[in-house]
Amino acid sequence: MPQNSSVTAAPASLEQALKLGLLEEEFEQIKSILGRSPNFNEVAMYSVMWSEHCSYKNSIKWLKTLPRDGERLLVKAGEENAGLVDIGGGLGCVFKIESHNHPSAIEPFQGAATGVGGIHRDIFTMGARPIAALNSLRFGLPDNPKTKWLVKGIVKGIGHYGNCFGVPTLAGEVYFEDCYQTNPLVNAMSVGIVKAGETVSATSYGAGNPVFIVGAATGKDGIGGASFASADITEDSAEQLPSVQVGDPFEEKKLLEACLEVIQTGAIIGMQDMGAAGITCSTSEMSAKGEHGMIIHLDRVPLRQQDMKPWEMLLSESQERMLVVVKKGQEGAVQAVFDKWDIHCVAIGEVTTEQRLKYYMQEELVADVPAQSLVLGGGAPVYERAYSEPAYFKAIQAFNPASIPIPGDLRAIAFHLAQLPNIASKRWIYEQYDSMVMTGNTQTNAPSDAAVVRIHGSEKALAVTTDCNARYVFADPFKGAMIAVAEAARNIVCSGGTPVGVTNCLNFGNPYNPEAYYQFVHAVKGMGEACRKFETPVTGGNVSFYNQGPEGPVYPTPTIGMVGVLDSMENKMTLSFQHPGDLIYLVGSAREDFNCSEYLHQLCGVTHSPAPHFELDEEHALQKTLAHLIDRGSIRSAHDVSEGGLFCCMLESAMSSGHGFNLHSPAGMRKDAFLFGEAQSRVVVSVNPDLKSLFEAEVAGTPYSLLGRVASNAEICVDGESWGYLPEWKQAYEQALEQALTA
Amino acid sequence: MRFTAHINVMPHKELLDPQGKAVTGALHNLDLAGIQDVRIGKRISLQLEASDEATARTMAEEACRKLLANPVMETFEFSIAAS
Amino acid sequence: MKFGIIVFPGSNCDRDMEHALRDDLEQDVVMLWHKDRDLSAFDVDDCLVLPGGFSYGDYLRCGALARFSPMMEQVINFAGRGGKVLGICNGFQILCESGLLPGVLLQNDHQKFVCKNVFLKSEHTDNIIGDNVGARVLQIPVAHGEGRYHADTKTMQSLRENRQIIFRYCNQEGEVHLSSNPNGATDNIAGICNVRRNVYGMMPHPERATSEVLGNMDGRSILEAFTYMN
Repeated sequence: MPQNSSVTAAPASLEQALKLGLLEEEFEQIKSILGRSPNFNEVAMYSVMWSEHCSYKNSIKWLKTLPRDGERLLVKAGEENAGLVDIGGGLGCVFKIESHNHPSAIEPFQGAATGVGGIHRDIFTMGARPIAALNSLRFGLPDNPKTKWLVKGIVKGIGHYGNCFGVPTLAGEVYFEDCYQTNPLVNAMSVGIVKAGETVSATSYGAGNPVFIVGAATGKDGIGGASFASADITEDSAEQLPSVQVGDPFEEKKLLEACLEVIQTGAIIGMQDMGAAGITCSTSEMSAKGEHGMIIHLDRVPLRQQDMKPWEMLLSESQERMLVVVKKGQEGAVQAVFDKWDIHCVAIGEVTTEQRLKYYMQEELVADVPAQSLVLGGGAPVYERAYSEPAYFKAIQAFNPASIPIPGDLRAIAFHLAQLPNIASKRWIYEQYDSMVMTGNTQTNAPSDAAVVRIHGSEKALAVTTDCNARYVFADPFKGAMIAVAEAARNIVCSGGTPVGVTNCLNFGNPYNPEAYYQFVHAVKGMGEACRKFETPVTGGNVSFYNQGPEGPVYPTPTIGMVGVLDSMENKMTLSFQHPGDLIYLVGSAREDFNCSEYLHQLCGVTHSPAPHFELDEEHALQKTLAHLIDRGSIRSAHDVSEGGLFCCMLESAMSSGHGFNLHSPAGMRKDAFLFGEAQSRVVVSVNPDLKSLFEAEVAGTPYSLLGRVASNAEICVDGESWGYLPEWKQAYEQALEQALTA
Repeated sequence: MRFTAHINVMPHKELLDPQGKAVTGALHNLDLAGIQDVRIGKRISLQLEASDEATARTMAEEACRKLLANPVMETFEFSIAAS
Repeated sequence: MKFGIIVFPGSNCDRDMEHALRDDLEQDVVMLWHKDRDLSAFDVDDCLVLPGGFSYGDYLRCGALARFSPMMEQVINFAGRGGKVLGICNGFQILCESGLLPGVLLQNDHQKFVCKNVFLKSEHTDNIIGDNVGARVLQIPVAHGEGRYHADTKTMQSLRENRQIIFRYCNQEGEVHLSSNPNGATDNIAGICNVRRNVYGMMPHPERATSEVLGNMDGRSILEAFTYMN
């Protein structure tokens, strides 16, 4: 029978295709792929698979310039659901970060919850058990009622899903900035551990092998969600509300245990979770990877809602579902595991040699497309967008630091800084997350710059972090993205780890806006440069465009999720001062630079200033020195200088131990810049005075200076002047955010 | 006049109700297999002061729309009686 | 003597308890599936543990659905024979729902999940745990959304009279204050036992404090208490 007569249903019109978000040229391309006009089901499938969210059509060209190889990498970037890195000892680490910005803007609780659920599924679908969750959040200013509503909902949603699922939320970052008022950012990261040889691939092959849908029943959840994520948020989006997805962490917890158990049966060919574009995406990506096809009987899919149309089933984004291809003849073993956990497991089709996807409803063929044509790297379109230097760069170049008078009362400035939402303790947020389940988190009783999580049954530990100061990226996309990578690596090194890999979540504005695209292109370039230097390949991640509201695009926010390895817990370094009398050193150069700092931006009201000092080679050398100092046991604490500058860095080391400090500022430098500037590549360390000469010998070659000493009481002393006692600072620092959010 | 409003808030029919789903399963395990499609919502009662019943209805309606139910996820219905 | 840890769907501290008991306390541990009914290998010297987590997603009420798992019938029989039972967090909620312990765990007064280190103090020594931990103030993590212990006046009175309150939340100095109560529990109650002193329930997680690597060993004495023969 000729192919073009076998598919039922009338051809779709160009108008329908345009409505679904396809371009006219894309509609023509589909026609030429199929050799006929597509029907509505097929157009709907292409519209989602070729959306930005699934196809990366406006970003892939640049993503391919990122370093994607490394000796530790076990799968190449983009080949599987998440990156897989060899951490030695027969263990692999699987990790990925993903955005759920737009759903969270509409329904913060469920939006954030399903973001967490989705990213964990990406990890365990590869056979790894998630052991750490992180997140990176951006909100508008906390005094805005909408911000309060978003923060409360998103934090509750992350906690609800993660706490119930039983994976600790170990670390993260939260920033408050005007530009995120309409469009908050919710980036969730999951890190898992798998034994070598027990990984599962998102592939499908072997004609006649059965295809199972596993997990929750399918409803009309999030239909068109992937297209939705690729559209600007306007007030009108409120009308798309029925597309909110409800997460069920209980189902996912059962699914996790069942999937890890079913892998042990050896009956699995391939497995993929269903996220955006549900059945369409999982069947096409697995088939394309395995170079086979599938026949799928949509009428066999367990439904939660009656009377679903074929395209609704094909596009549904109902959560907590997986597609599993099983070796023929071993279905019984698989079924038994899912039965044990009371999870739906239904055969809906089989693998075919012909590399086409054929979907049936009863006996009627409702869609018939080549698998490759749908997917990224196959038939999905690739575009290069125009870009031009943003006009606001002029305002940045025009900034003159001399125009800022040196304040008289620096203590008052410092006290205010410690209470700024971007600097103050995020305790009100993180106490709502179970950070200790799985008994691996070593942060609770000994904090460090990156979260250090032990791996049960191994001497090893992981150091994990998410970082991005988007204001730096706004000021200089290339340098700012390098700083994001550098800070992540620095946090891991300061915790005693060796950075091994990166996952990124690139949150930008509309790619059709040449200035937003300029930010994107230059941030990717900077990220690539830094990742090459630190030998941390980018193993995967996610791009989120269209992050903007009526007030304009958000700051370009390329969040870096980084994983490092500690071969032994003995290497772990804390950020807390340890002993009274210890010497406090700055490793790195003191600089008269307060560009882009919280101090300049929030307290001096300067919206445009250049990114702070950063040189990639200098940073790299600093990290080598730090690793050496930790390895040699010549320091007792290490904390990198970031938001709030040197003073806030020392304050944090002091508050977490209860030991105060005295600090001497150098002559010939603006004191505000010295204390609060955010020049990069600096770390505050404390040293046993008995090991002074050893330390100074070990650190040689890297600039360093003695700052002061750890106090024997809780007093903070700056240049001989008492700035008060830690309990007062701690109370202000710990309560500021809660007060701002609950006022 | 003083009125009592009894408000029922239920999750939208088309949305997954994880709680209802888990309870359906648990009831089946208790050999109550005939029970299907459990959905779990909230019942809220409140007192309100209004000049007449029509005004009381408007107030209750507004309370539901603005706060008590989340239109994204829930539907509501209520009854009003003079107390 | 051995421990049996009951795994419910949604339990998520079962492995933590297993690690704590097996790796840190070097005890024999058997994992038990909630659908099974066979406890014939357990006698009164043994201890059954109902671990923390979100059995059945905490849907309907915390512990309400787990209480009807086939294994719970056996746990109730086992406790009736004098076997030792310990419920942590969600396990405590299940013990209350099943009637093995009096009272109920309500939503925290601040209506948020809370995860942090808290301090606990045992007041009586005439129970398995109190006998072992003594008067020392312990630092143990909590992690719950519904941990506010509540019981009616009569029950409260009998809990006090029978010295069934095994732990109260306190500050680092051991003072029992409202300010060190993480959830609004009546009388700062963190854990109780039954009259017969063989069934114990507590909200804090001792299994999260049994290892040097985590920098906290305060939970060991609580779990160790169950290893001694009757």
